[in-house]
Parts: sequence; C-alpha cells; structure tokens
Amino acid sequence: MDLLVSRFHYLVAFFLMGVGTFVMIGDRNLVKKVIGLNVFQTGIFLFFIVSGYVEGASPPLLTAPSPYVSPVPHVLILTAIVVGVSLTAVSLGLIVRIYRVYGTLDEALIREVRGDE
Amino acid sequence: MSDLPPMLVALPILGAVATMLVGLVRSETGWPVAVLTSVLQVGAAGVLARGALRHGPVRYAVGGFAAPYGIELVVDGLSATMALLVASVALGVLAYARKAGPRSNPFYATYLLLVGGLTGISVTGDVFNMYVFLEISGLATYALVASGDRGESALAALKYLLVGTFGASLFLLGIGYAYVATGTLNMADLSAQLAEAGHTTPLVVAAFSLMVVGLFVKVAVFPLHAWQPTAYAGAPDTVSGLISALVSTVAAYALIRIVFTVFTVDFLHANPSAWRVLVAGSVASIVTGSLLAVSQSEIKRMLAYSSVSQFGLIVGAVAVANVTALTGAAIHLVGHAVMKGGLFLTTGTVAGETGARTVDDYGGLAKRFPAGSGVFGILAFALVGVPPAVGFVGKLYIVLGAIEAGAWLLASVIVGSTLLTLAYVARLVERMFFWEPEGEGRGDGGDGAKSASVLDEATGGEPGGASRGMKAAVLAAAVVAVVLGAAAFGYGQLIEPTILRLVS
Repeated sequence: MDLLVSRFHYLVAFFLMGVGTFVMIGDRNLVKKVIGLNVFQTGIFLFFIVSGYVEGASPPLLTAPSPYVSPVPHVLILTAIVVGVSLTAVSLGLIVRIYRVYGTLDEALIREVRGDE
Repeated sequence: MSDLPPMLVALPILGAVATMLVGLVRSETGWPVAVLTSVLQVGAAGVLARGALRHGPVRYAVGGFAAPYGIELVVDGLSATMALLVASVALGVLAYARKAGPRSNPFYATYLLLVGGLTGISVTGDVFNMYVFLEISGLATYALVASGDRGESALAALKYLLVGTFGASLFLLGIGYAYVATGTLNMADLSAQLAEAGHTTPLVVAAFSLMVVGLFVKVAVFPLHAWQPTAYAGAPDTVSGLISALVSTVAAYALIRIVFTVFTVDFLHANPSAWRVLVAGSVASIVTGSLLAVSQSEIKRMLAYSSVSQFGLIVGAVAVANVTALTGAAIHLVGHAVMKGGLFLTTGTVAGETGARTVDDYGGLAKRFPAGSGVFGILAFALVGVPPAVGFVGKLYIVLGAIEAGAWLLASVIVGSTLLTLAYVARLVERMFFWEPEGEGRGDGGDGAKSASVLDEATGGEPGGASRGMKAAVLAAAVVAVVLGAAAFGYGQLIEPTILRLVS
C-alpha cells in the first residue's frame, strides 16, 4: 500500500497508456483513434518524466544544492513531444484527405463504401 | 574524412531542403536534385563501408561530447552495409521514378528524408537517437505511402501510421525501462550496464520485450504484420519498390543491433523465454506469410505477404544467434532488398506495359511482354533460393547456422519455407509462361478493365508508358540479384569479423 502511494505516478502513466490503447483500438472514429494515440504517447512521456524525478531535489543547476533532478529524461521527452506533434499533424492531414474521398470518418462505414476486405 | 558518418545522415536531409527550395522557383525540378544527392550519398557510403569493413568500426562523437553522455555514431561492417544498401537502392529506384512519378518536389524531399532517416538508424550508436530516426523514417514513409492520388493510399497510410507509431512508442517505452535500469542510453555502455544490473531482473526483461515487440511491428513479424500488405498495395509503384526494399530491412537491422549490441547473446542464454519468443515469431511469420501469399489474387499483396515470410527468416537467424546464421541474415537482408524491390518495380513496369495487376491478368504474360516476364521470373526464382542467385546464399547460411546450433525445428521450417515460396512463385510463373493470353483488348491497355483504371490512378500515366529508365531499373535489379549471389560468399568472409564482434 505504501509502495502504491509512493509510486502512484507510474500507475497514472500506465492508466493513460491503457486508456489510449483502448480508444485507439476500440473507437470507430478515425479522429478519436488519433486522440487515443496521443493519450497513449502522453502516458509514455509521463513515465519518462517521473523516472527522472527525485522527491525534494533541486533543478540541475551548479548554483543549486544537491541532490538534483535528472535532466536527461526531460530533454528526451522534449524531442519525443516534437515527434508526437509531427505525427499528429501528418495523421490529421491524412484524415482530411480520407474525409474528402469517402465523406465519412467512421471506419466501419469506410469499409462498407469500399466494399472489400 | 573523419566527419563522414554525420555527413552521411546530414547529406540527404540537406538534399531534401534543397529540393524544397528549388521547388519554390520551379515545380517538378526535384528529380535532378534527388539524383545528385543520391549519387553523392552512394559515394560517401561506399568510402565509409570500405573503411569499416577493412579496418573495423569507425566511431564519431557528435558535437564533441564523449561517448556515454553524448550521442555517438558507430559504423561497423553491418551498419556500413546497410547505409550503402539504402543509398544504392534509393538511387536505383530514382531511375525508375523519373517517368513513373509522382513528380512533385515535396515527393522527392520526403524521399530524401526517408533516406536520411534510414541511414541514421543504420549508423547511430545511441538507443534514443535510434528511436528518433525510426520516427523520422516512419513519418517519411507514411507521407510517401499517401502520395498516391487515391483515397485508398491515404487510408493505408493512416493505418500504417497508427500501427507504426504504436510500435515505435513501445520501443520508446522499452528505452525508458532500460534507462531506469541503467541510467545510460549509449549502446555499448548499455550492454555493460545491463549485464551489471542482471540479465534476469524483471526491469531488464521488460525492456527487452518492449523493444523487441516494438521492432517486430516495424519489421512486420506475423501477428503484427497487418499494416504491411495494405501499405505496400496502397502505395504508388515507385514507393512500394522503395519501402519494400528498405524500411523493414533497416528495422530488422535495428532488431539485430538491439538484440546483440545492447542485450548481447548472454541475455538470450539467461532468458530462454526471450529466445522462444524470437523462434515463435520467426516460425509463425515464415509459415503464415507464405500461406497468405499463396491465397492472394493481387500481385502486390502477394509480394507483401512474401516479405512477411522472408523477414521470418531474418528473425530466425537472430534466434539462432551464431556467426553463420547472422552472416546469412546480413546477406539475406541485402539480397531480399534487391529482389523484393526489383519485384515490386517489375510489377509496376508490367502494369505500365500491359495493365496487368492480378494473378489472373498475368496469364500468358510472356507472349505480351517477354522481357518483363523474364525479369520477373529471374527475381522470383532468386527469391525462392535457386542457385546461383543471392536468395540461395542467404538461406544456405541461415540453415547451416541453425543446424550448427542444433535448432532442428527452425532449420526444417526454413527448408520447408522454400517449398512454400515455390508454391506461390510457381503458380505465377506457370501462368506467365505456359498459359494463353486470355481475352482481347487487355494488350492495348485493358480498356475499361478495372486493372487499367487502378493503374491510371496509381501511376498517373497510361499503359504502354513503361519508360526506358523503368526497364533499366528492373533489369539492373535482376542482374544484381544474380551477381550478388556470386559475390555473397566473399562478402560473408569480409563481414565475419563484424559478426564475431556482435555475438561475442
């Protein structure tokens, strides 16, 4: 129980990943699938950030007293966020095109329109 | 000279920017810029490969930050091979793309971006850097798949994007686990620190599983392959040729790098279950991929499923984990890229000449388009593993490696897979060479036939429009597939020190 309280950040991170995956797989709307993907990635970002956090530590500056918070995961996640934004942009662009061709964002309806697979 | 590794990554990216800038002045000018960049890239990769294969790994600390803290680029024989393969295939496909299109400048910019991303995966020595390059090449691939005019292309690209990003995210999560366990991201440092942290601790095992499963998605190993046939079939012919040859290949290289450089053979020995996952993925891919390939009616889908089965072989070699099998994997990665890329481009050329796109359309093709059928036949039999083509040498090494390691199940599945490959290849070749052409009007473009209309949208050209560049590219692929077979044993000896370093 004590462990759960001290590590609840990790629980939240994995909860987010679970929610994201569920939305991505379960929802028929393409935009919501992309939102699910974003939530899933946010879970991973949170996991990284939390792993670098030390209770009561100061930011990693020479003038601040030790112990320090690890800055590396934060830097990594800055990069990963940029990647995530680009992915969202590309996927939304694709969705706009799909909507123009099929006139719907519903995965099942699109499959019906195409009439195969 | 010593700055060559980072230049190898920067060159295509700069080329992509140049392509966009030139496009501002005049549209449809991307091709010459892309060709120039690719030629330079082949030269640079060639020089680097010669150095790496002769004198051992080249290391480069990016920005002057020393290894465990800064990002390091490491070019050994295997990475150099991949970089050279990426550059050469990209150049070959460009010859094809000149007439087949898409011709817009953004297309060529994305094309070069993909080359840059794939080269980055090949030369990096840092796991997080590898993730970033994985995503760069992923993004470029999604955009390329969607570059066809059809709605189907966009749909295929979105499906690929969702699945591919999920895979890459799992890889990232795996990196997170490894980082929590060790506090480092450099591959060489990681392998030492992971051993220190204990190969059987749950954290390390979880890191391995997440990274390997993430890469399985990118390689398209059986239960995680669903994106691949849709993407290959939905993309324009030029793009299917390029990505079928390179994207999964480089992902498989990443798998080899992660399993052997980061986690090492000792990890596989300490965790039999990890080993079993690799074997299961391999066997399932080989068998199911071939069976699904036999049941396809569209040529491009058939070839896509065949890739699933061929990459099963590579994963099998990773599971065997000895020098012979991994040498085979390196040869087969190169050979498969040439053969499969060539086959996809041949499919495009055949469609350009005759409008044929399904297995039934290929009936009697030899009479209508003898040269195309001949090239298709050579490449297809090379894929089966008929000597002296390169497909034979790769498979031979992998099977010998499996027997050496006493992995009889895997060895028999690989030998059996040759028969399965023959099943779908022979079905097609028989139709091409021994059937009478069916129906009239197909020869002049199959007026109103579905295949022709699909083609028009896919290539933007009319049947009968297979250019000399297209034919030259596929002919070159066929020649290279056979010549490489002769050169492969020599290459096997050349790369042996690299592989030895990998598994020791």
